[in-house]
Amino acid sequence: MKQKIGIVIGVVLILLWCLLPVAWIISMSFKDEASITNGNPGFLPGDGTFAGWENYRAVWDNDQFRRAIWNSIGISLIATILSVIVATLAAYAIARLEFTGKRLVLSMALAIAMFPVVSLVGPLFDMWRAFGIYDTWPGLIIPYMSFTLPLAIWTLSAFFREIPWEMEQAAQVDGATSWQAFRKVIVPLAAPGVFTAAILTFFFAWNDFVFGISLTSTEAARPIPASLAFFVGADPFNRPASLLAAAAVIATIPIIVIVLIFQRKIVAGLTSGAVKG
Amino acid sequence: MTSTAVPAAAEPAQKKQVRNGASDRSKAENRLGQKLVAPAIILMLIVTAFPMIRAIWLSIYDYSLTAPDEREIVGIGNYATALTDPLFWKSTGITVLYMVVTVAIELVIGFIFAMVMHRVIFGRGIVRTSILIPYGIITVVSGFTWQFAFSYQNGFVNGWLPFIGDDFNWFGDTTPAVIAICISEIWKTTPFMSLLLLAGLAQVSEDMVEAAKVDGATWWQRLWKVIIPNMKAAIMVAILFRALDAYRIFDNIFVMTNGAEDTQSISFLTYRQTIEQFQLGMGSALSVLLFLSVLLIAFLIIKLFRVDLAQARQEG
Repeated sequence: MKQKIGIVIGVVLILLWCLLPVAWIISMSFKDEASITNGNPGFLPGDGTFAGWENYRAVWDNDQFRRAIWNSIGISLIATILSVIVATLAAYAIARLEFTGKRLVLSMALAIAMFPVVSLVGPLFDMWRAFGIYDTWPGLIIPYMSFTLPLAIWTLSAFFREIPWEMEQAAQVDGATSWQAFRKVIVPLAAPGVFTAAILTFFFAWNDFVFGISLTSTEAARPIPASLAFFVGADPFNRPASLLAAAAVIATIPIIVIVLIFQRKIVAGLTSGAVKG
Repeated sequence: MTSTAVPAAAEPAQKKQVRNGASDRSKAENRLGQKLVAPAIILMLIVTAFPMIRAIWLSIYDYSLTAPDEREIVGIGNYATALTDPLFWKSTGITVLYMVVTVAIELVIGFIFAMVMHRVIFGRGIVRTSILIPYGIITVVSGFTWQFAFSYQNGFVNGWLPFIGDDFNWFGDTTPAVIAICISEIWKTTPFMSLLLLAGLAQVSEDMVEAAKVDGATWWQRLWKVIIPNMKAAIMVAILFRALDAYRIFDNIFVMTNGAEDTQSISFLTYRQTIEQFQLGMGSALSVLLFLSVLLIAFLIIKLFRVDLAQARQEG
């Protein structure tokens, strides 16, 4: 009984921890912009300072922000797809084949996962300008791919190790062609792992800030996090806090949707990728 | 006796043949394996090894993008300047402080969360879904959320805390600003920590805990003598990952204080030199130092706590 009460309190604490700040930023996004300049303290908008959808409309009408959303979606999706394809090849080799250099790949992936990203942006900034991909989509897609590969390779090789590969041969013995065996047996078994790796990769790309501010200079490729940090309203000395809050909420919606739909897959991927249990 | 002699004589030839076959096969497997991992290796090298070598090369120059023609070799001059500059040591100190404080607090809270998630039955889905929201949220958004929350003009924290005046400026001094930055960092990354620890908890055998209970061990004894020793690998991996991640702290500082009030980390200092002030030579030297310090921390944690990564990931 005592333990049960403890767990209920724990659950309430976790929910408060996770959701209260989210509720706060949503509440902030409904505070009237004019009242923000004069000061409008408190968790909820004060009397007569509820702005309705006004801030959201203002953010949506902002070309720079719309462009940043488009950049973020495009860059993150392309990087995710390419990274998962490359990682699937590597993870298959790691899980299924014996070859020299296997340990090297795994240690390299580990080293890159721990790499201080900031120490690369200087040389990359220089290199990308020489190659002519500074401030372009490929200029961000390439580093995102490289930095999501370790996570994708770990997650996928952990999943692939669990697949009963004998089933492929069994299907062939039963008269299936190699292609049928692959499509009908292996693909459905491997798909959840690939999908999980894709979600985690997408989160990384969507969240990145350091590359986003260092390797872009205009709205041509600037993703949302960078755009949010550089968002200046009409008055450069007074950041438009409630507009920023509205923009932040918009940038969070895709994450919440993904989390709501794929909760189970993400938890499985995170726990299998880092600590294989 | 004779029956064993015959196969024994035939065996070497047979074995040789098998070995030859196997070696052809394993050669092919070797080639295929290397072909399959090649794209991943090349991609990882383009963005890390190659720029890192370039950083080492650039770091011996006095090289500014604003005056590219005046580039000259200064040898270890940039390193000497950095290592004798109090700003470098101040930034390193504050970075170590961020790392130690956030990882220690996250470990405790993350462990409690993991215990709750491990035991909870009713509402398990809701808890796991909520815990993924801070994990998935953009760090910059978390920074803004907490910056606004701590703002005395528009936030709620001052109003909710009884012992703090309503007009207290959290970003006006080092200590409160560091606390605010740490809270944003801890809020966002504790879920990740707790999920790693949850995976570790799942590995602890229920029978063993039950046996300790039957033998009369108290809850506290079971926790310290049975549960924690049996999930040590998971704890160490979680600490290693989070510590190295925390040492690279950048986003929250950029958004919340922009390095004001002595809150700048070593990553932030490096970024400023390279991207904002175009000092590629000096910035590269700082990049190399940052890289070396991350290596050092990884080495220390692995040696100190004897983290066996291969064992933790079950690789032989």
